[in-house]
Formats: sequence, structure tokens, C-alpha cells
Amino acid sequence: MKFSDEFEIRFAEMVPHYPIKRSALVPTLLYAQDEVGFLSDAVIAEIAERLDLTELEVRNVISYYSMLTTKPRGKFNVQVCTNLSCMVRGGEQILDHCKKRLGVGNKGTTLDGLFSVEEVECIGACSWAPAAQVNYDFHENLTAEKMDRVLEDYRRKATP
Amino acid sequence: MADLVSHPDEVKVVSKRFGRGATNIDRYLELDGYKAVQKALAMQPDAIINEVKNSGLRGRGGAGFSTGMKWSFVPKQSAKPKYVLCNGDESEPGTCKDRLIFEHDPHAVIEGVMIAALAVGALSGYLYIRGEYRYLSIIMQRAIRDAYARGFVGKNIFGSGRNLDIYWHGGAGAYEVGEESALMESLEGKRGIPRIRPPFPAVVGLWGGPTVINNAETLANVPHIILGGAEWYANLGTPKNGGTRLFCLSGNIAKPGVYELPMGYNLKKMLYDVGGGIPNERNLKAVVPGGSSCPCLTANEIDVNMDFDSVAKAGSMLGSGGVVVVDDAQCIVKFALRTMKFYKHESCGWCIPCREGTDWLEKTLTRFHRGGGLKNDIDNMQYLSENMLGRTFCPLGDAAAMPTIAFVKKFRKEFEDHLEGRPCPYEKEGAVDQLPVMT
Repeated sequence: MKFSDEFEIRFAEMVPHYPIKRSALVPTLLYAQDEVGFLSDAVIAEIAERLDLTELEVRNVISYYSMLTTKPRGKFNVQVCTNLSCMVRGGEQILDHCKKRLGVGNKGTTLDGLFSVEEVECIGACSWAPAAQVNYDFHENLTAEKMDRVLEDYRRKATP
Repeated sequence: MADLVSHPDEVKVVSKRFGRGATNIDRYLELDGYKAVQKALAMQPDAIINEVKNSGLRGRGGAGFSTGMKWSFVPKQSAKPKYVLCNGDESEPGTCKDRLIFEHDPHAVIEGVMIAALAVGALSGYLYIRGEYRYLSIIMQRAIRDAYARGFVGKNIFGSGRNLDIYWHGGAGAYEVGEESALMESLEGKRGIPRIRPPFPAVVGLWGGPTVINNAETLANVPHIILGGAEWYANLGTPKNGGTRLFCLSGNIAKPGVYELPMGYNLKKMLYDVGGGIPNERNLKAVVPGGSSCPCLTANEIDVNMDFDSVAKAGSMLGSGGVVVVDDAQCIVKFALRTMKFYKHESCGWCIPCREGTDWLEKTLTRFHRGGGLKNDIDNMQYLSENMLGRTFCPLGDAAAMPTIAFVKKFRKEFEDHLEGRPCPYEKEGAVDQLPVMT
């Protein structure tokens, strides 16, 4: 299992921050997932070995955190918030719009592997609702038209 | 990234440097940065704690516990290293204030952690930032690096001969990790399951060492208190509720945004003067005054001063400062359902009353909203919620139960209007089909 140099530098820098190696687990998993796309068996085995854990211990942690996934998903994960502040300003309609526009259900991925859609809990954009995150980028004060433009921008980014 | 708003009634303390380029360390120094920590270095630890105690600063994460008091619980002598942990796992629905602090004034949080560490005798501090806030963790990492490069953090800080390390840590999506004991579990690389107390974190915390855990906004206030003095800070607010508060106005309001208002600011004024009232010629139905865990207030109950004690007297909580406004086009049953769906999703399953209670309530509310409600359900929901209160390791069970009890009690008529197979009478398109999603 090979990670990028950037990952290795970050990992080497992070581990000595803690008195116990295991503490680096959660951020390490997230950075590994960002590189590989999901937490594959190979990634889990590698991280378990590096942090002196069993694979089961690592899987146990993965299943707790909602951002961590052991299943592949689209290059761009469209995470639409439908929690209270977003809901009363049309967050559910934005979610439905994304599902229809991309032709997938919740946690589904488009056939070209470009987009996934996910309904998420509060992402901390309440005052700028409705909001969504595409991977780590926030998109706020959304309307269906604005969401279309956002999706189109990502599609363009992916096609050379 | 996120837009800033302003209003003449605002008193800017924590938000003083917002929008002024203070992420840059030189700019931060120009704006009185790192002066407070140098002042604290010359003070006795007890003097720092007393200053914070006298300022009336109370935890901004939601519980509203006296910050100085919390610090004073840390034992002076400890065989194990002591730690300061900054809680930046902001996830309470309706709350988006820590995000702005990290984005605009990251060094203030570092300075707050440093002062807390000096007060309790800790040699390292950790900043826990939720996983979704990746751009903020990048800002924070740069800020920490810059502070190390200047010798403000690390070995021999400011030439004082003392050592103090600051590290960042990232989460990966979990509301419950915002609870202090679950936060420590998560930082230790485990599932974020709460610990039983006692022992309290101030005695046995991170890796078994005494630990002070404060919300990011609380810590960002500390440098201002040290520089401006306890008396000045206390006088900004109301008795026993010192200072100001970042209020996140959201929902059906004309001018949503994060406003820094003095503690004790009137809620009605906040909604109608600061927030510009309810848009689309609608009327106010309910307000959640401090994030989704707080019991809602009806339109008749909003003449309340927004400090911890006054809101508690009104039967709710000031919580995390997330003010969610609900207009009369919304269905309260649906609102209650969405609240419960959240808590069911976030319950870790460790304590049975919370795991089973949130699940049952979500199922009942789902059926209810679709028109399949029974008259008994209304009382059952209240009974079930009341039996969750105080029966869990962490307050997540309470956080799910308290708003539900308030919805049922205060909006019983809306629940009754859903009875006898009627689809939701409050929504034009009828109830949205909320079948469980297979994953």
C-alpha cells in the first residue's frame, strides 16, 4: 500500500503529537480516504499495522464516524444538509433536486463515477442555509438553479 | 467564505478581528495579538483563574458552566501530564459560530488555549476541529506553524523559560464527539462513546491526565478578559452572565447571520430588530433559542433576555447560541420529526434509553406525520421522552427528549390535527415520504 508523499509527511508529523500512537487514527483514516476514495481492505490493513492496532479495532472506529466509508463513492460527494435550519429554508428540495438531476438515490453514485449524493446532518452553515458540501467545499444560500451551476462546475472540472 | 453581517447593537469582542485579516500573524500582532498571553505569563496561575472567574465567563458550548470554576477543579499536583482541549467539534444544529472564529481569528483560539494551559499548569493543548471543517483545519495548522516559527509556542515561549505545545486534531463526522468525554475518546483514536463521571475530566481526562475542556468560543474570549480585565468583561453582560455571545440567527428570518450581542439581549428585539423579522409576510410560530437540544419557545414566549439564567427561567436553555426561527408555514410535527431523526442518527447506542428512545420516537413521529397517528401516541411520546431524561451517560438522550417534550406540550393541537388518517394539514404538498433509506 503506497500513499502520496504529502500523506507520509503529514503522518510522520502527526504521530509524535500524541503520547499514544493510536490517537492519530481518526485524522489518518480521513486523509487516507481522501487519497484512495474510500477505506479499502488494503488501507485498513496498512493503517492498522502502522498504529499497532488490529484491523478489527480500525473497522470498529470507522463504523462510528459518518464521514468514513468502506464503500467506493463518486469523485465528488454532494452532501446536502436537511437539518432544521436548512429544512425550513428548502434543504429537502435541494436534496431532491440533486437526486433527480443526477439520477441517483441517497448515498447513490452516478454511473460515470463522478457524483454521489448524500443527505447529511448539520454541517455548520445554518445562517447561510440551505447549504451543501461537495467534498470539503461549502456551497451556501442554495437554490435549485445555483445547485445546478455548482454541479456543472464540478462536471467541467472533471472533464479535461 | 461565509458572509459576515453587522448590526449597530452588536458589541464586538470575539468578533472584533473578523474580516480584518487576522489569520496573518503579523496582522494579528498589530491588532493586540499575543499581548494577553504575555500578560498571563507574568501572572500567578491562581490570579488568572480568579480573573476568569470574576469575569462571569460561562461555557459557550451549551452547558454554561463557569469557566474559571472549571479550571479551578484541576489539581495543582499531578503525576500525569495535564492537558487543555479546545472543543471545535461544532455540530449542534443551528450553530455556526466556531466556524467564523477559526476562519477569521485562529490565533485568538491558540492564545486562549495557552492562557488556560498557564492557569492549570498544562504543557500541551489540543485543538479538536470537526472533520467537515477541512478548510478551517488548514487555517488552524498554518496559524500553529506561524506561532511556533515566532517562538510564541513550543520551547521557552516568549523567552519565559516555559514550554507549551499546541497541536491540532481532526474529527470525522460525529455529533456526539462534541460531548466532552466522547471528545476525549475520539482524540484517543476510539469510537466517541461517553465515559461515566465521576471521575470528571478535570481529574482524569485525556490519557488519564487532568484535562480542561472548553468550547472554542469560550477560549477565544479568554485573551480579551485578560487584557480588558474581569470587571470590564462582566459589565458587558448581566449579573453572573459576563460578556457577549455569538448568536447564530437562522431559519425563517429576514437577515440570518452570526451577530455578537451582549448577554441578556432581548430575544424579541433580536428577532425583529437585528434579524429583520419574519420574511414573506409570515408570522412567527416558534423559536429554538440555543440549538436543537433546547426546548422551543412559542411566539408568546419570546420576550426573554438571552442569558443563561433568564432563558432557563423561561423553561428552555441558552445552549450553544443557535437561534432557529420557525414561521407559521412550517409543521411542528415535521420539525419534531426532523429533530428526532437527527438524534437517532447521532445516538452512539451505548445507553439503552437513548438508543431505543430515539428510535421509537422517530418511528412514531414518522408514522404520525404521515397520518397514521393514534391519540395515545401523543401522551406516549411525552412519557417516553420524560423517561429518557437523566438516564444516560451523556446528555445526548436529554438533548433528544427535552425538545420533544416541549413540542408535544406546547403544540399539542398540531399533533391532534394529524389524527384520524389526515395527512399533514400544514404542508401544501402533503407529507414528504420519509421511508427509511437502505445503505
